[in-house]
Amino acid sequence: MTVSVTVNGEQRSAVVEPRKTLADFLRQDCALTGTHLGCEHGVCGACTVLLDGQATRSCLVFAVQATGHEVTTVEGLTGPEGTLTPVQEAFRAEHGLQCGFCTPGFVVSATALLAENPEPTDDEIRDGLSGNLCRCTGYQGIVNAVRRACGRQGGVVAFDTEPVTA
Amino acid sequence: MTAVEDRGGPAPSLAGSAGRWLGQSIPRKEDPRLLAGRGRYIDDVVVPGMLHAAFVRSDVARGRITRLDTEAARALPGVRAVYTAAELNPLVHETWWSMAGKEAVYAPGVCLADGDVRYVGDPVAIVVADSRYLAEDGVDLVELEVEAETPVLDVDAARAEGATLVHPEVGTNIPSAIPAAEVPGLQETFETADTVVSETFVTHRYLPVPMETRGLLAQWDPFTDELDLWIATQSAHEVRGFYARLLGIPESRVRIRTPDVGGGFGQKVFTLRDEWATVLAAKLLGRPVKFIEDRQENLVSSSSARDDRMSMDVAVDGDGKFLAFRAELVENVGAYPYAASASAAALVGMCLPGPYTVPAVQFSNAAVFTNTTGRAPYRGPFLMETVVPEQIVDVVARRIGVDPLELRRRNVIQSSQLPYQLPTGLVYTDVTPAETLDQAAELIDYEAFREEQAAAREQGRHLGIGISLCVEPSAIAFGALSTEGAVLKMESSGTFNLVLGSSSTGMSVETTMRQVAAEYLGCDIDQVTVTQGDTALTPYGAGTQGSRSAVLYGNVTRQVSLEVRDKILRIAGHMLEAAVDDLEVEDGTVSVRGVPGAQVSFGQVAQTAYAGSAMLPPDLQAGVEAVTRFTAPMMTFVNACHICTVEVDTGTGQVRLLRYVVSEDCGQMINPKVVEGQVAGGVVQGIGGVLYESFVYDEVGNPLTGTFVDYLLPTTAEVPDIEYGHVESGASNALNVKGVGEGGAVASPAAVFNAVADALAPLGVELRSTPLGPRQILDALAAAGL
Repeated sequence: MTVSVTVNGEQRSAVVEPRKTLADFLRQDCALTGTHLGCEHGVCGACTVLLDGQATRSCLVFAVQATGHEVTTVEGLTGPEGTLTPVQEAFRAEHGLQCGFCTPGFVVSATALLAENPEPTDDEIRDGLSGNLCRCTGYQGIVNAVRRACGRQGGVVAFDTEPVTA
Repeated sequence: MTAVEDRGGPAPSLAGSAGRWLGQSIPRKEDPRLLAGRGRYIDDVVVPGMLHAAFVRSDVARGRITRLDTEAARALPGVRAVYTAAELNPLVHETWWSMAGKEAVYAPGVCLADGDVRYVGDPVAIVVADSRYLAEDGVDLVELEVEAETPVLDVDAARAEGATLVHPEVGTNIPSAIPAAEVPGLQETFETADTVVSETFVTHRYLPVPMETRGLLAQWDPFTDELDLWIATQSAHEVRGFYARLLGIPESRVRIRTPDVGGGFGQKVFTLRDEWATVLAAKLLGRPVKFIEDRQENLVSSSSARDDRMSMDVAVDGDGKFLAFRAELVENVGAYPYAASASAAALVGMCLPGPYTVPAVQFSNAAVFTNTTGRAPYRGPFLMETVVPEQIVDVVARRIGVDPLELRRRNVIQSSQLPYQLPTGLVYTDVTPAETLDQAAELIDYEAFREEQAAAREQGRHLGIGISLCVEPSAIAFGALSTEGAVLKMESSGTFNLVLGSSSTGMSVETTMRQVAAEYLGCDIDQVTVTQGDTALTPYGAGTQGSRSAVLYGNVTRQVSLEVRDKILRIAGHMLEAAVDDLEVEDGTVSVRGVPGAQVSFGQVAQTAYAGSAMLPPDLQAGVEAVTRFTAPMMTFVNACHICTVEVDTGTGQVRLLRYVVSEDCGQMINPKVVEGQVAGGVVQGIGGVLYESFVYDEVGNPLTGTFVDYLLPTTAEVPDIEYGHVESGASNALNVKGVGEGGAVASPAAVFNAVADALAPLGVELRSTPLGPRQILDALAAAGL
């Protein structure tokens, strides 16, 4: 079947099997490999993209279902010269990533969260990102990054202890 | 002092203090491309003509293969090959790992199951097709019938006389064991002690679960007989040696390249039988073959971890001082553990005294094969050295009526006692368990929490606090793990390329090693690039694992940077007609001290070194590059104290974490944010392990937790903010660093366990095993009559 999707503002078409997922279409047919597959059963959130502006797991959508719709992947968030968005900058400033595999999904989810609710409370941040799994950071840098991106600095509890030299 | 420093020239002195780059939370070099979706992971690597593999696996834990028909699969358009043991197993030469050695007891080195299956997930056939979709179609068409037999699942049954053997060829179900050594006077100590506490603790099976599953892309060149392998691994050089031996070809004909790797945590150090099959299929077909494991395979069939049981006796005198520890560890290592038995017992036994002044220790162990998924090393594979002592210390505290913080204070090794020799023979020179215990207690305000807890109990709420005090070995350095090499080249422009044998899987090696190099070279961090993860370019090394990057790569980077700096100074001295001792370096410029304007840039030095060699004196070789190798001490001990508080809902069995505090000492922090990131990641893996994650088999060895719907990882909703305190003591290496990759995962399980146990102890509930999910908490309450 032919699919025709607006991906990051560009019209992309391909002939695909009906069973091909949107994630595989993006990765294989559009060469947009920033969308990652961590579980392929809709739990880990690494494949999160914006489908008509809504955060969506692209492993649970068939490519053909996206025909006529608009998809934004992590590659579509950054500026043309590789400028990072405030959310991406905040992830970097707060060490919100280590191996980076889950990161595109988190960046897309956080972007969608802040678009909908620019000033989330801590509980809203934690709830809003609980559909994405990270195994490296213990979520500390991720939650802090979202706090930073909406204008709050770092952790809610900061001890700022100077290292003790033993 | 290294020889380099003795050759003259001002070497920076940094012990115990931050430098221009060292000790600074520099934003990571890795981040912009990873944030923008420009990382390149194994599944992003595409080559022309590439085929895709999928596996037929056993869904029975133990049984005889009675039918294996691949005809229909082979006939499917798009399927290029279906191979079974008959085709692939004869191609396997040797299957031992240099880290474990050739002489260790290994599970049979069979590539695909041959005649019988030995765990659910055992690979039986590989299907290679034009796409992953078609390969999976092919898998569905392979007809496999297995006559099920009673599996060996229980470690005690497996150890019994006449037990069914998991691997008849090996002749035993115990691939490695440590007998209890005779300890003079031990029996008498236990007989005469005021108190003896004996308990058995079980740590259940939970898994590494990197967010990226395993994967590889194998290319065989039939004209040169060379293997070019892209693979998600933590240890490119170990993998290279392994495949050279597997194929029976020289190492020089194997090239391993690691792209960005999406986490490993131990699981990606070694490679598994399905990966061998992928390589052999590429060789037989003469075409590139890619295999990307799916999540169910990763959970069910790749590797297990933990699944330990330890019995421990503690003898205590009337003042609450520990007199002796005695422990027996039984490890369930599954059917095909990674690299020999995958036992961590030798370390557990040696490190059992941990942070305490206990005069006598006895330890014994058995690692046991079962018909389950084999064990891989997982972040702190030796963690039972901390988990069980820390959990039993709280039991002792309750038994003798002393607060657990006070009991630890009475027994903890003090800085004034260093160097301190453990009864197991190890010597601590630079540890600070007493300082981290005090700092963590202060951060959490221990006394105030005890008051809050008492008040909450009045209202029928169950709050608890748990301490875990830990001294653990980082950068374990024996055999193939002892050394790391580095190559540092000054380019003709005056910038630098640092080449390391690492394979970073999220450890920030690119950033931290640039910090070390820039500090010792005396230039801007942006003048240094790091090359790693390609065996054709990098020096031999054991890779990124075992909390060894800071110690091994950090020190070799320091060493090679000082050598290059020395050469730069010699050339600059010649250019400036000044003695090397009169030169100073700052921001990539060499100047003569006290002579304004007498200076040359690194760029000018490089031009002279490469293009102006005629100007150099005869004793100064052209070019600026150095190759060196660092050998680490056998262990670099690192310590931390974790304290957390919880509230347990006795109605639902739910545990909620209230606060989590870590005080750690990893020596000089290269990058504090990276240190805290490593700690946090480990802590949350421990929280997940105790409260949420559990890999479960039914009574016939059938896994029940093969998806993320059943195998529960913690999310942002479950994890509190982690609060940190740092103690920076010295270390027995020139960079003053200790590894911090595993400590978070080693110390956290006992902290969480002890907090839950503390909350429920007034109700008469005794906890001895994990996980502590709602079901287990409600069962424990019921067992206490509640």
